[in-house]
Amino acid sequence: MSAYEAILLTIITASTPLLLAAIGELVVERSGVLNLGLEGMMVMGAVCGFAMAQVTGSPWLGVLMAMLAGIAMSMLFAFLTQTLVTNQVATGLSITLLGLGLSGLIGSGFVGMPGIKLEYISIPVLSDLPVVGKLVFGQDPLVYISILLVLGVSYMLKRTRMGLIIRAVGQNHDSAHALGYSVIKVRYACIAFGGMTSGLAGAYLSLVYTPQWIENMTAGRGWIALALVVFSTWLPGRLAAGAYLFGGVWILGLYAQGMGVGIPSQLLSSLPYLATILALIVISTNRRLSVINTPASLGQGFVPDR
Amino acid sequence: MQLILEKRAQASRLMHFASPVLAIGLTVILGGLIFAAMGQPPLKALYLYFIDPLTNLWSIEEVLVKAAPLVLIGVGLSVTFRANVWNIGAEGQLTAGALLGSIIPIFFASWQSPLALLVMLILGMIGGALLAAIPAFLKVRFGVNEILTSLMLVYIAHLLLDWLVRGPWKDPHGYNFPKSVSFEGWQLIPTFGDGRVHLGLVIALLIALLLYWVMTRTIKGFEVRVIGAAPRAGAFAGFSQSRMVWFCFLLSGGLAGLAGIIEVAGTIGQLQPNISPSYGFTAIIVAFLGRLNPIGVIFAGLLLAVSYIGGEGVQIELGVSDKTAQVFQGMLLFFILMCDTLIHYRLRLLKGNGGAQ
Repeated sequence: MSAYEAILLTIITASTPLLLAAIGELVVERSGVLNLGLEGMMVMGAVCGFAMAQVTGSPWLGVLMAMLAGIAMSMLFAFLTQTLVTNQVATGLSITLLGLGLSGLIGSGFVGMPGIKLEYISIPVLSDLPVVGKLVFGQDPLVYISILLVLGVSYMLKRTRMGLIIRAVGQNHDSAHALGYSVIKVRYACIAFGGMTSGLAGAYLSLVYTPQWIENMTAGRGWIALALVVFSTWLPGRLAAGAYLFGGVWILGLYAQGMGVGIPSQLLSSLPYLATILALIVISTNRRLSVINTPASLGQGFVPDR
Repeated sequence: MQLILEKRAQASRLMHFASPVLAIGLTVILGGLIFAAMGQPPLKALYLYFIDPLTNLWSIEEVLVKAAPLVLIGVGLSVTFRANVWNIGAEGQLTAGALLGSIIPIFFASWQSPLALLVMLILGMIGGALLAAIPAFLKVRFGVNEILTSLMLVYIAHLLLDWLVRGPWKDPHGYNFPKSVSFEGWQLIPTFGDGRVHLGLVIALLIALLLYWVMTRTIKGFEVRVIGAAPRAGAFAGFSQSRMVWFCFLLSGGLAGLAGIIEVAGTIGQLQPNISPSYGFTAIIVAFLGRLNPIGVIFAGLLLAVSYIGGEGVQIELGVSDKTAQVFQGMLLFFILMCDTLIHYRLRLLKGNGGAQ
């Protein structure tokens, strides 16, 4: 494997957790809900996935558990913001704080244990192809799932009735309600989907990226995923491009550290965070681009009148 | 069966005060269940957690030491959240304040004057405000979401501190430990007697009282409340949303920075890679638990300070993870938001299919 192949491979592994978490949040935000609990759902996915894999010996059961953990956290969020109409920003924060604490508690017995890594899929013959072989046909299964999710969400939002309903609910919940759609049920479903993909993103960290449990191992990835959704202007294709760009920045920092360039490692480690701020500025200065797709009801609670 | 909300004609005064009490009660009950699930005696654990820290002088002192930064940051955030401005990067602003304030002990170590400490405190405030100015500027100028930028700056500020104490600001005689020089006596915040409680607590209480006065008795406080409750009405009244964003970020950032330098010059005595057990994030909970009211924040700050000490207590006595404190804090915020719904709504259980008329 050549050096550039290796770099591209690591970029994909660094990008996939961001992409997984962000694609779910994209659907959530399209339905008009802002869930700032990504970091908390992701870290719960990471620890529950890791623990389940340890206990059962099966990384796939770990992945399943991570999804369930993400959904469970997201349902707490949904109950508060949808049923009880609490402030979405504050509730999202509470989910993040709760997730970071709970994950530390659950994971305290698993610190330092050697992890179980999810097997790579290697399609015979095809993965031996020169140049593209490993890159396209030799990834771990979650990479393929993430790409399928992006394609699926893109198709669903643009071409299906379900996508139309989700967008209607996100654009104007009063009209959607008047048309007879159950705003709250649609939003519950979208929030659950977001929780599931965040859990998957967490599982990716603890079962593929660095197969072990480290406290706070999400390291702000949930927040970066949130920024990615803004950066993508709520379009799945752009979201994927953005995620790979960010993965690239992340890996650039790691490689530069490894090569011992004369730049402080802390500066290189801060690159993804700096890049996030920069990306947000770039997209926000382009008003037309950022406003046109912004779900109009984003972050507003909905109480049906009876 | 379906749970529905019914809007109250008027916000309930009773629930406004009962909600935090209810939230604390729910946290204690669920906390007991969690302890039981971990195989610990729940009542004993809860006693160790909430009551034991208040039974001896040493731990009461520790509670007060921890309450100071929580109240200081919490009052700033309470005003900010009241105006519907979301600064969630107080942890980073705390770090920035600690860094800028430490310039005096590190670069002007020989300047021995009572003024030195005062200048440090002012620099601390400026440091926090400077870091907070970044999300404020980006919000006002480009419309960038302030939640995400203020949070990203937390990571950046931590990395900057880490670099400085391992690199340029490392104590040359410190046996290569990642620490700055120890601050000298005149650069430290005076303590009460020989104890650990220092003047930082008094500063925090005074500022909380001052902000209470500002919020209830001045035009600025009125402006904050109007813009937070009804931005359009605020605009018609001639209040500028942009100016409010600047005001909130500079205020809460400055106070977080002040908490940072007070922590370094009062409790720790030097710079090190870890200067705060997430005070900046816990202060968010303090602000909400305190009803976004500076007086309420004082009590909430004390309670969350107890949760830190109690967390350490159960860790030592029962050997459970020190993460319990964080779990309790997270649950508390969760429950307080939940109970706050009851201020504006009544809960009603519909029998049968709620949708059918």
